[in-house]
Amino acid sequence: MTTVNKKRQLARQVSIVGAGLSQFGAFPEKDSRDLFVEAFKDMVQSMDQGFDIEDIEGAYIGNYSSDLFEHQGHTAPIVADWLGITPIPITRIENACASSGSALREGVLAIASGMYDVVLVGGMEKMTNLPTDGVTDVLASAADGLYEVPAGLTFPGIFGAIAKAHMDRYETNLDHLLKVGIKNHENGALNPKAQFQQTITAMMERRMARAQERGHTVPDYKTDLDFLNDPQANPWIAWPLRLYDCAPITDGAACVLLVADEIAHNFTDKPISIAGIGQATGKPLHDSDELTSLSAAKAAAQQAYDMAGVTVADIDLAEVHDCFTIAEIVATEDLGFFAPGEGPRAVDEGRTALGGDHPINTSGGLKSKGHPVGASGVGQVIEIYHQLRGEAGARQVKKANPTVGLTHNVGGTGGTCVVNVLRRES
Amino acid sequence: MADNFTATAFYRALKEEGQIVGVKCQACGHLSPEPRPMCPICHGFDMVSHRFSGKAKLDTFTCISIVPVSMAAKGYGRDKPYCSGIVTLEEGPRISARISGVDGANPQNIKNGMDVVLDVADLDEESPSVAFKPA
Repeated sequence: MTTVNKKRQLARQVSIVGAGLSQFGAFPEKDSRDLFVEAFKDMVQSMDQGFDIEDIEGAYIGNYSSDLFEHQGHTAPIVADWLGITPIPITRIENACASSGSALREGVLAIASGMYDVVLVGGMEKMTNLPTDGVTDVLASAADGLYEVPAGLTFPGIFGAIAKAHMDRYETNLDHLLKVGIKNHENGALNPKAQFQQTITAMMERRMARAQERGHTVPDYKTDLDFLNDPQANPWIAWPLRLYDCAPITDGAACVLLVADEIAHNFTDKPISIAGIGQATGKPLHDSDELTSLSAAKAAAQQAYDMAGVTVADIDLAEVHDCFTIAEIVATEDLGFFAPGEGPRAVDEGRTALGGDHPINTSGGLKSKGHPVGASGVGQVIEIYHQLRGEAGARQVKKANPTVGLTHNVGGTGGTCVVNVLRRES
Repeated sequence: MADNFTATAFYRALKEEGQIVGVKCQACGHLSPEPRPMCPICHGFDMVSHRFSGKAKLDTFTCISIVPVSMAAKGYGRDKPYCSGIVTLEEGPRISARISGVDGANPQNIKNGMDVVLDVADLDEESPSVAFKPA
């Protein structure tokens, strides 16, 4: 008997009725609990009809590694204490960078099962306490510590190897990767919660101005790509990936309030329904069928599309896991927006920009908004929540009345992938 | 020892015998360079040791400039990137490996598809790792 391919439906529907995000960035004096409270406060203060904290019946918090980043294990009860919601059950979920994607999924399942009506889900990560090599080591521990890490593969290294394979197999080049970053910074510049609220052009101009102030030779950049191709300005991290191909190291937290559909209108007139959820598992890259694709992403997307009863053509916009620029290109191919190998051309043609036919990472993505790894999955959901409610401000997608959005959250190099399809009910 | 299908045994064999000693599933023939007590394909438990030839082709690679603490201790870093990648063993399966005998600062000279062989010349006594060099 095989149950793996059986199409499943939730026993009852679940909606998002509130969302909160902390500021993303580097905050030396804040611990992860403080960041989570900041996100929670943002949620409470933005809920249309308010809500009673006492209504929360359970909570799931994604966090990758407070143990290594903050020397703090067992963080979930600390969050419950800081929110004053003890003794409700709270559980920490760890699936690397997909931790809060998985936490949201557990919250959905808890409500769908009938166990609870109101569940808080979120995620948090405090990363900037460690120096860069320490963070590199912690992130590498999401790969196989026995057979990938000893081979010298870091987290950027594995995605660098994916990029090289993509370049060899298709017509992908280094400029395609850089253009993903340029696009995401253009979006992030419009996001007041983003770590980098600056376009690449603005960063380039700042570097030129600084050189002039200091009496140094002013670099002769004509375009963003000139700047990004300068090894002084954009050094190699793991060839073919450079600094501006990598999501930053970030402190941040995110949370949403999930409720059973039948009570959603007690909280807001504009609930966003979780129409489809998918989660799948993959092997280390060396054991994957393909070196240019994440099999877990394809499987998770299929589950989510099937449950929601949609196809890729129905998706108005998506937040995808651009921990590296190549990861966004691979994601847009794995999700079916573009055929394998066509992702780079779609970037060239502006199809993934705010005004394109497949807007990707309107928030700025992990690249520009920031990537507090345990918070990123729910952070993505929050962007779609605001876009579908038409309240994303300057970065609102240009297409009228977006109704269906997608999130794609990857743990490690595809060991875990969580895909959600969200829908605004008319 | 015969059924000690662990990473400890893998790295001991690499160090002491200079070979990749993985496993073969007696039931379905699946080969895994990483010793494992259970077949991930047919889910059988009847695994036997299998010696790999050490010949392979380079599938893909990266040259790493921002290095982990352990590689910094060996002198690698921004000024001296090292190469790591994935190779397909002659017998079929792939494995992650350091790529030695190439210049990590000049990745354009490193070619996917090139023949490589297992390199045990420079094994770290404390923490040995799999390395391949151009054949």
